[in-house]
Amino acid sequence: MPSLKSLRVRINSVKSTQKITSAMKMVAASKLRRAQTQAEAARPYAQRMARMMASLGASVAGSPTAPKLLVGTGSDKVHLLVAVAGDRGLAGAFNSNVGRMARGLARQLEAEGKTVKILAIGRKSRDYLRRELASRMVGDVNFVGRKSIGFADAEAIANRIVGMLHAGEFDVCTVIYNRFQSVIAQIPTEMRLIPAPLPEGNEAGGSASYEFEPDEETMLARLLPQNLAIQIYRALLETNAGFFGSQMTAMDNATRNAGDMIKRLTQNYNRARQANITRELIEIISGAEAV
Amino acid sequence: MPVELEIVSPEKLLLSRPVEMVVLPAYEGEMGVLQGHSPMIVLLRGGMIRLYDGGQVKEQLYVSGGFAEVTPERVTVLATEATPAADVSRAEGEKRLAAAEADYAAADKSDVVLLDAAMDRIQSARAMVEAAAA
Repeated sequence: MPSLKSLRVRINSVKSTQKITSAMKMVAASKLRRAQTQAEAARPYAQRMARMMASLGASVAGSPTAPKLLVGTGSDKVHLLVAVAGDRGLAGAFNSNVGRMARGLARQLEAEGKTVKILAIGRKSRDYLRRELASRMVGDVNFVGRKSIGFADAEAIANRIVGMLHAGEFDVCTVIYNRFQSVIAQIPTEMRLIPAPLPEGNEAGGSASYEFEPDEETMLARLLPQNLAIQIYRALLETNAGFFGSQMTAMDNATRNAGDMIKRLTQNYNRARQANITRELIEIISGAEAV
Repeated sequence: MPVELEIVSPEKLLLSRPVEMVVLPAYEGEMGVLQGHSPMIVLLRGGMIRLYDGGQVKEQLYVSGGFAEVTPERVTVLATEATPAADVSRAEGEKRLAAAEADYAAADKSDVVLLDAAMDRIQSARAMVEAAAA
């Protein structure tokens, strides 16, 4: 039986843990709201971009001079995996879900005899993948200590990827991130970036055929990198929102577990206290009887 | 009849309202769009978007580049970056101009894609400096 004092100490320590986790939950909830607003604000641009891509891509995809970003390099030997996870932990399985998926994909591709390169975005993504796949890492980016993520950050990553493509460092590029489905559900998803998947339904909503100025190809050469940046920006924002959602859930659970623990410890404490009193009483009574 | 104008940046929807005419800094020269324009997709270079109402310029925005989708009833501008003319910073423009010129000088002269990109950035930065001066 632990002593009363040690029980008291434990109860207090669990209580302060609970205070911390419940505070973290509040903070995550308010950051989540901001992240969600940011993700929503980015939506109109992405939608219109997709519409333009649809009407442009369809007209160029068939031609032999179509840009690499759209049709790829023609082979699929070298795969670049961009794994996007959070910069911080304490968010349940959020980060390791992405890591596990990236690792699975890497193993699968290598089993097929392909070369894998990994670009890790987010500190936790790097930490996770570095353990087993360090030799495949070609770089990592993180936003530690940054208040918010801007489009410029996504653009920088996109530029790096485009540079690597032109240098012939990979053939296919896939991004792995947590899709934000709802506050409690983030689904690890893989999304192909290069060759760019064209939106389905040829010229969806294109009741009018557009004139292009300048010609389609020049246009596409500009539109594709921008589209890549937008896709990455979306992945970053969804990761950001998903991270806080996941952290909120994790901290909520932790707060509840701490509550359960406090209840159990308090019960033990009270039992021990009562046992002490009873013992003392018995001692007094039997002492009095003996006299 | 007004034309619906929308200006969107990756970070947010900047502006959405009907205007009488909008002048876009299209890649091959400025382009005025009225209601009923034939459908077009144009590339934008760095420059000013001018919004006309009642025959006068009502609002100006600097864009560093982007795309515009024109349909008979709507103009959608996808701007990489857009700032109201009054808020354009000359210092920032000059800084970018210097950086872009340095990139252009450093770029491999045989790589047309790279040179073009650097040239575009120079143009865009020049337009920014001009916008700030005006």
